[in-house]
Amino acid sequence: MEATIEVTGLRKRFGSALALDRMSFTVQPGQVTGFVGPNGAGKSTTMRVILGLDAPDEGHALVGGRPYTSLPHPMRYLGSLLDAGALQPSRPARGHLLWLAYSQGLTAQRVDEVLEQAGLTDVARRRAGGFSLGMRQRLGVAAAMLGDPLILMLDEPFNGLDPEGIVWMRGFLRSLARQGRAVLVSSHLMSELEDTADHLVVVGRGKVVADTGVAALLATAAGGRVTVRTTAVPAAVTALTRAGATITANGNGTLTISGLPAERVITMLSQARVPFSEVSAHRVTLEQAYLDLTRDAVEFRAQAAPGVAS
Amino acid sequence: MNSGVITPRPPELRPDRVSFARSLLAEWVKFRTVRGWVIAMIIAVLVTVFLGIFAAGNVNIGCQNGPNGPVLTGKACVPNYPIGPGGEAVTDSYYFVRQQLAGNGSITVRVTSLTGLHGAGNAQAARQGPLAGMTKGVVPWAKGGLILTSGTKPGSAYAALMVTGGHGVRMEYDYTHDTAGLPGSVTATSPRWLRLTRSGDTIAGYDSADGRHWSLVGTAQLSGLPATAQAGMFATSPIYTVTTPGGIGTTSIQSGPSQATAVFDDVSLRGSWPTKTWTGNNVGKGPAAPGTGFGYFRRSGSAFTVSGSGDIAPLVAGPGAASPTSTFEQPLAGLFAGLIAIVVVAVMFFTAEYRRGLIRTTLAADPRRGRVLAAKAVVAAAVAFAAGLVAAILAISIGLPRQRNQGSYVLPVSTLTEVRVIVGAAAMVALVAVLAVAIGAMLRRSAAAVTVAIVVIVLPFLLAVTVLPASAGAWLLRLTPAAGFAIEQSIPSYPQATTVFSPAQGNYPLPPWVGFAVLCAWVIVALAGAYALLRRRDA
Repeated sequence: MEATIEVTGLRKRFGSALALDRMSFTVQPGQVTGFVGPNGAGKSTTMRVILGLDAPDEGHALVGGRPYTSLPHPMRYLGSLLDAGALQPSRPARGHLLWLAYSQGLTAQRVDEVLEQAGLTDVARRRAGGFSLGMRQRLGVAAAMLGDPLILMLDEPFNGLDPEGIVWMRGFLRSLARQGRAVLVSSHLMSELEDTADHLVVVGRGKVVADTGVAALLATAAGGRVTVRTTAVPAAVTALTRAGATITANGNGTLTISGLPAERVITMLSQARVPFSEVSAHRVTLEQAYLDLTRDAVEFRAQAAPGVAS
Repeated sequence: MNSGVITPRPPELRPDRVSFARSLLAEWVKFRTVRGWVIAMIIAVLVTVFLGIFAAGNVNIGCQNGPNGPVLTGKACVPNYPIGPGGEAVTDSYYFVRQQLAGNGSITVRVTSLTGLHGAGNAQAARQGPLAGMTKGVVPWAKGGLILTSGTKPGSAYAALMVTGGHGVRMEYDYTHDTAGLPGSVTATSPRWLRLTRSGDTIAGYDSADGRHWSLVGTAQLSGLPATAQAGMFATSPIYTVTTPGGIGTTSIQSGPSQATAVFDDVSLRGSWPTKTWTGNNVGKGPAAPGTGFGYFRRSGSAFTVSGSGDIAPLVAGPGAASPTSTFEQPLAGLFAGLIAIVVVAVMFFTAEYRRGLIRTTLAADPRRGRVLAAKAVVAAAVAFAAGLVAAILAISIGLPRQRNQGSYVLPVSTLTEVRVIVGAAAMVALVAVLAVAIGAMLRRSAAAVTVAIVVIVLPFLLAVTVLPASAGAWLLRLTPAAGFAIEQSIPSYPQATTVFSPAQGNYPLPPWVGFAVLCAWVIVALAGAYALLRRRDA
């Protein structure tokens, strides 16, 4: 079975609100796919549909080519963490993992393994209700890993983690992808996925806004723009225009060039013997690229801080 | 998570035959890993046992055999009740005017009158003699008629055809069987002809309103009837009881002795009656039948006047009995309280998952929702059954000896009935737990589901045994899930046995298995509703 999730044309309406509006994307093995979008964009609803918890009005979601609900012991194909707080507070951590393990035909030994891996061995017999959010996230990840699944699906796993926990979570997700698993991680904060995700599915208002590799997204967002600082503005404009670039003069001795990569700019200026003191390619953060993408898709935007989804 | 190198391997996709066992195991682990639930089940057992044994209170029973006899207490006061052919305790006391009937034959009489006296147990009157201070009036189950019996020893096999104070002509045999004949009461202008015939072990009873047109009331097969039986006329009249509703949760029951006098004539015998003369005697007088033994008969010409006191009927608990009696299931009286704890746990077993979204984890682990519901229902049923069984066994094995020692007569029932009461009570608890699980699944919110479950299951029972009038209470115990409590009733509600029929006395309006079936129907409906909603709703 392929370690993939295929989401095709999902539509779902909650009362008058259209939660999913033809959501379609595919999660591939061997990489971390970030599932990003502002709150209310439909990420959690999509994940619930993938797990068969919510029924879509239209469309379907397949796990390795099959509906999740048709899998005989589904947690051995797809491990998921929807809500770290979804625990019976009075049940000890080990008990929580034990019933999950038994439901999948797994043994208590496997429970102890994932407890160890999640660093929860010492608190295994404590009631989960007393856990901090970070510990609950670890417990949730341990539960998702119980079945040693090919596919991992985590909803906002960075929530409530301390900086150390965030670093741990990033490394953990990357190691899973390196092992060839498909990993789908949702977040409403793009910065959390910086240095983690290989691929991004950006969603807003229930549909996919962008489905792209992280490197390509950054390049697109930067628009291939290059800044040149020179004392010979007219000569530089002539030389670069001849090479096919579009040039904007900024008036303070700098030019913004688009349509020509930085290396070509340097070559062209050197050939034309135009003096320059700086050539720099624009760098855009993932956050900025994401904000550009979702600007139109954000449902509610704070007045004072445009672009920051609440 | 510092996972080492885990090579993902494609798991094989094939149907999983043991998956329901896995779901069961998972749900069982869910149950046992919440300590509060386990403790609640133990509390349910303890509450049931404690209430059942001690809520009845301490009964102090004293008695005296004869005016100068030693004063006895407790166990020593329990009379030796006769045991009928079916193994049940009976009252068997009446005045009998008899002859021997050898082989087959018949006796036919006309009854022209049935009158009576009754009192209300006035202590002052009782000291002046058992019949002093009585008022005129025939009690509904006063009996006068023909009886054919294997002997005059109380508890003997018999068949009898009689007129009664308020229930028309009846054919009764072996204490527990009762069939109606001609309705209406007997008077000089509207007499009744009665005929009892023996053919082998078969006794047939016929009645007639005119002495010419006869109809069969019923037949009885009396096994082991000797070749020569005792047959003749009898009269008896059971303890008179009046129930008046008192304040909230109380009824006032007054009782006292009564006497019935029947007048017979036109006695006609067929077959071999070798003794030729009529003898009269009191059958079954003694401590088991107080207020009896004062019967008599007079003969003038062809007319016989027979007067007697007592009853020929199964012994039941309640004011009709000569001394405090209790039923086998009486120590289960606290079960309703234990049931409350079990209902709360069973509801929470489902609703707790909705409280924090755990239901999504459950359904992600086992997407077949019907299977999740079934697994939860089976685990709740099994746990509740175990708790109910332990509670019932403890309560009865501690409670019954305690009642016996205090001087209460525990009505004997067959081993099969004992098993039915104990296992049935446990099964009733299990079904109630399943009903609570289904209600939890439908309503999803703990507080609402617990309230509804208690209101439909436990409250009807409590209302029926306390404040409600008997008829309203009976309807609750026919229609609500509380009908299942009927499975506890060990002694059937015999209409011919005089007592106060009320749930508080352990008498349910439906027979045990019918009441149980009503509960089953509720469980099925609730499970179907829960299944439909689980399937339809987003988790």
